[in-house]
Amino acid sequence: MPPVSVDGSLEKLRREGHIVIVGASLAGLRAAETLRDEGFTGTLTLVGDEPHDPYDRPPLSKQVLLGRVPADHTGLPRRRALDARWRLGVAATGLDLAAKRVHLADGDSLEYDRLLITTGVRARPWPHELEADLDGVFVLRTSDDAAQLHRRLNAGPSRVLVIGAGFTGSEIASACRERGLDVTVVERGSAPLVGALGGVVGEVAAKLQREHGVDLRCGVMVTGLEGDSAGRLRCAHLSDGSTVEVEVAVVGLGATRNTEWLASSGLGAGPRGIACDAGCRAFDVRGIVTDDVFVAGDVARSPHPLFGYQFLSLEHWGNAIAQAEVAAHNMVSSSTERRPHVWTPSFWSAQFGVNIKSVGVPPMADEIIVTQGSLDERCFTAAYGYQGRIIAAVTFDQAKWLEFYQRQIEQAAPFPPEFTTVDRRPEGMRPVPADFPDPSLPSHGPTVTLSGHSPSDRRISFTPLHA
Amino acid sequence: MTSVALLRQITDYANRADPYPLYAELRKTPVVRDEDGPYLVSTYWEIHSLLHDPRVSSDTRNLSPEAARTISQEEDPNLPPPFIKLDPPEHDRLRRLAMRPFGPPHTPRRVYEMRGELGEIVSGLIDGFRDRGQVDLVDDFSYPFPVTVICRLLGIPREDEARFHGWADTIAASIDPAHGTADEREAQLQVFRQARTDLASYLAGLIEERRRSPRDDMLSAMAAGYGPDGQMSPVEMVSTSILLLIAGHETTVNLITNGMLTLLRNPDVLQRLRDDPDLVVPLVEELLRYEPPVQLLPQKTTLADIDIAGTTIPKGAPLWLVLASGNRDPQRFLDPDRFIPDRPDNQHLGFSSGVHNCFGSPLARLEAQLALTELVRRLDNPRLVEDPPPYRHNAVLRGPQHLGIAFDGLRQ
Amino acid sequence: MRLVVDLNRCQGYAQCAFLAPEAFTMHGDEALMYDPQPDDAQREHVLRAAQACPVKAITVEGTDGALIAERAGASRVG
Repeated sequence: MPPVSVDGSLEKLRREGHIVIVGASLAGLRAAETLRDEGFTGTLTLVGDEPHDPYDRPPLSKQVLLGRVPADHTGLPRRRALDARWRLGVAATGLDLAAKRVHLADGDSLEYDRLLITTGVRARPWPHELEADLDGVFVLRTSDDAAQLHRRLNAGPSRVLVIGAGFTGSEIASACRERGLDVTVVERGSAPLVGALGGVVGEVAAKLQREHGVDLRCGVMVTGLEGDSAGRLRCAHLSDGSTVEVEVAVVGLGATRNTEWLASSGLGAGPRGIACDAGCRAFDVRGIVTDDVFVAGDVARSPHPLFGYQFLSLEHWGNAIAQAEVAAHNMVSSSTERRPHVWTPSFWSAQFGVNIKSVGVPPMADEIIVTQGSLDERCFTAAYGYQGRIIAAVTFDQAKWLEFYQRQIEQAAPFPPEFTTVDRRPEGMRPVPADFPDPSLPSHGPTVTLSGHSPSDRRISFTPLHA
Repeated sequence: MTSVALLRQITDYANRADPYPLYAELRKTPVVRDEDGPYLVSTYWEIHSLLHDPRVSSDTRNLSPEAARTISQEEDPNLPPPFIKLDPPEHDRLRRLAMRPFGPPHTPRRVYEMRGELGEIVSGLIDGFRDRGQVDLVDDFSYPFPVTVICRLLGIPREDEARFHGWADTIAASIDPAHGTADEREAQLQVFRQARTDLASYLAGLIEERRRSPRDDMLSAMAAGYGPDGQMSPVEMVSTSILLLIAGHETTVNLITNGMLTLLRNPDVLQRLRDDPDLVVPLVEELLRYEPPVQLLPQKTTLADIDIAGTTIPKGAPLWLVLASGNRDPQRFLDPDRFIPDRPDNQHLGFSSGVHNCFGSPLARLEAQLALTELVRRLDNPRLVEDPPPYRHNAVLRGPQHLGIAFDGLRQ
Repeated sequence: MRLVVDLNRCQGYAQCAFLAPEAFTMHGDEALMYDPQPDDAQREHVLRAAQACPVKAITVEGTDGALIAERAGASRVG
């Protein structure tokens, strides 16, 4: 049953309105499909700054770097025919809220009745521009990045440097080792993945890396990259005074939200993303929610009831889809039919032959307990606690148990868990500090960022001078 | 329904041909205790959540002492429990070792590459129907097909296959909850013990032989042993082989027979499958929902009190998960009592779920897909000789004892 | 043909790796690596794999851009 509004304007919008989606990746594509599923028959335009059809990113740091899949073979399957206008290879450069217009880099502009922003994030580049320009210095976010890096790995570099051991950096190191390449990983924190999963699990990740032959250096920063006279990367200087000779360096320092184009638009957009309500409607800088601008995916930050209604930014594949579907539904629905986005954060990573999955918000936790399996065996389930309740869980090769813990989180079950489980080991008898780095210190790729309660929070959270 | 004698009704042979109305009654109380016996769980989401609940154990040694006394099946004192009756980490270790010669990540192509051989066995069995106007699908097809496959996979010499059938039947029958008088039960137990002992000693000998001169089969690979998990001990190998043999003998037979029975009861679907053989893929999934070969899991217990659906299942209680009832739960499946061969979103419980999901499911799927496509393609005007057919006594591994099918001829 | 696997849903049952080993491989005991654009010759196997997935995590695109294998619908988790 199509929704009925008093003045019929919603029906008109659904029938012949113009919806513009800025950002033609996972969230943008799934939102477009949902709009059509919802019965939207008007004009649909997707704007994307990359020239490619929407493609999937997770394989880029795994299958693609391993050479099993070409970089241009990760195009996302369509769930349905879209009948959309595509403006690919053209970035949006500005937004005029009053005129309801999006300005494009080619000078064109698009008028909209409803706008969805799914511009996502981009890789944070090496902060020193001249060094970043050296031949052999890479980031990995786009399909083009992956193609270039893969080509360079094929050439058999003597050593690869990975700067930052978040998920992407660790997956890159894993692919390199599987290809038989020597790898040095430099991580400012105490262990790989420490920002996302804490020190206890980070220590497991560190052992995993070292067992697989990674030259892992934690508590160390890269202070400079040095090239030869031809501008080719030659070595990296580290904060402990040492030097590593490398031919390739991959910068894995996390991501920057693509919000610059909205700088003077009046939307509540900043380096931490675009604030929106649980229904995906964007806030303006005054903290007033807009009626016709919606946000979804990595670029959004929205309040979550499970986590004290703090605004959460989630760089999660599943969140991009779930939020896009909610945003699309709400864009063409009357206020009483709108739905909240209450997705429980979840993500995965495959590295060094281990399947890592997480549910909830680990960085919020102060304690951790291994409820099943053993850290030493790299096969375990760990629950995270915060103020006496379960807030997150992580599995290493134990994904089949994870949904139980998801329900525990969603029911705000007590922590430490009061029950016995199969495969409980002596080490899992009492909780220990989860050992997250000081939250005021930025870390690499936390994938979930809690960013307070203010929709207009525009503080810059991360400007590294060095890794 | 009162909680009186639920268990007796499930095991009552009178309900074997159509247990589904009984399950519908059961679902009115998602979790219910049978008198002073097990807790029965019959609704989809409750079963699903318990299959992923780390407080649920498959190891009957975790039963409370008084509950343990009511368990009908006894363990072999000379053999370790098979992995189906163990919890992690032992379950995971043994299952991983058993998987090494069977499937991914170490042997991803074994089942895939058996497709040609499976097709030949199917064709050969159907060719044997020639010049006959009627067959017993169970004896002439559904039983010999998977049995031949599991024996070849494991590496049982063909001349020994016949001996296996008797042992496997006897052991599988013991999975059925106890019935009959005390004397009858004791007699059954004697037969069962003898079969188990004979099978175990035969397998121990064969494994030793394969260890000395290995071939390209699973027993040889298990006997060779390798990898970070080490290898199985000799008795673990015997336990594991018995498990795989019984599972290979007693489950797929029902999937195939139930499949033909369902198709013959739904001639429009049979015709659709004949016209479009690709339909068999979702059709077998629907079959696993609609008539699952394993109706319920009667061997679970609890490591802690579990609150579920308004009931507290106490620690150490025997727990039965009625998979076949969950598969018909209208809260999960639209129009659950209809057989819809291309049903969307069919996350059935036919192969269970969680760490104890069916080990042989890829093989069972492939066998059922091949069998049903070929039977439907080649039998001209097939029809049931009697409906319902006679069922085997077993309430857990449920299926027809015989399935008479008459037909006019055989297509090539 | 194009496909994508929702690895949040995936629990490593490996059914796809049994049924379509050219397109789906297990990397270790639980991690799945798949070819997002397998050769059309693999279509039959890939569709079998998608149907067999116990958590319905595999989405396959048809030749006309329409969906073939349904992505999971009703589910309490995932």
